[in-house]
Amino acid sequence: MSELQVKSLFASGHTACAGCGQSIAARLVINAAGSNTIIANNTGCLEVFTTKYPESAWRVPWVHSLFENAAAVASGIEAALIFQGKKDKISVIAQAGDGGTADIGMQALSGIWERKHDVLAICYDNEAYENTGIQRSGLTPYGASTTTSPSGAQSFGNPKLKKPMPEIANAHGIAYVATASVGFPQDLQRKVKKALSIKGPKYLQIHVPCPLGWGYPSSLTYQIAKLAVGTGLYPLIEYENGMLIGVRKISSKSVEEYLKPQRRFRHIINNPDELAKIQEIANNNIKKYNLVAEGN
Amino acid sequence: MFGPIIAKPGSSRKNKTGSWRIESKPKFLQSNCIACKLCILICPEGCIEGSQKNTFHCDFDYCKGCGNCASICPKQDIVMVKQE
Repeated sequence: MSELQVKSLFASGHTACAGCGQSIAARLVINAAGSNTIIANNTGCLEVFTTKYPESAWRVPWVHSLFENAAAVASGIEAALIFQGKKDKISVIAQAGDGGTADIGMQALSGIWERKHDVLAICYDNEAYENTGIQRSGLTPYGASTTTSPSGAQSFGNPKLKKPMPEIANAHGIAYVATASVGFPQDLQRKVKKALSIKGPKYLQIHVPCPLGWGYPSSLTYQIAKLAVGTGLYPLIEYENGMLIGVRKISSKSVEEYLKPQRRFRHIINNPDELAKIQEIANNNIKKYNLVAEGN
Repeated sequence: MFGPIIAKPGSSRKNKTGSWRIESKPKFLQSNCIACKLCILICPEGCIEGSQKNTFHCDFDYCKGCGNCASICPKQDIVMVKQE
């Protein structure tokens, strides 16, 4: 076994699609967290492609129970570690996709935030239920065509805005809330390490492009993730105890650059009204978080 | 099924996912490499290795040929070539 495979806590041979953004993020997360970590995982792509029976890609203790209860399982693991006097040495992560976080796992997640468990909750946000066939979730962006919000003569795709999960997390008064992206891998790993250095509940939402569900060539995962941030549609923000402590500055590209390579936004490109609505979402983010660097 | 199933850590390595590659594969030119390790960070398979400049390469047993290493390389020192 080579040096790299000894160091990586996330083994090769998992069965994610080529270019899967979630597999990039999962490996970055666990390698930043280190071997003294226990993971509870909701149902979703990540659970399915890393644990194809009878194999596992994980080299840390990893538990899957149900779609909705990774946060509840993690709170039990944390309680057991406290009882054993090991909590200071071992980190607990509860991770899920966007459906498992913002819709199905919401009540258990709200519970660990409210009860102030020392758990890092991670949302791998690929913006739909990709595992079951690309149904829209609470984190699907405005205008995206999914199998349950298809674009057509009567519809411009998903009619709702993304659920504001970072704000919902902050409303619980938790210690650390941040967004990250596979387009900025070093920033992502820094945020994982920082989150785990803070005691109490933490929430990290990671933008993970999905070649299959979004409809783009697998080689573009990195570029598309960068463009989501660069256009202002996915602002990278960081809060400590409810205070905004950092944002990644951008040079504000047109949203068209981000939307154009993706099949899920194909119907938007030739529709100036809809395109303007999505540009307005980006503009609102830019204004709200003061994203544009001076001199641009 | 009434109990937990426990799998061996890292046992997914049994799946040689390199057989999934159909169109292209990365070629590490090893000439302008600055050892920034961004290719290692972005590889979804975690199958790129290297430490010093111009030593980086990937394990074709696992590479699915997605091409994100070539996309992230700031020196264009990784190119995608036709899979034979």
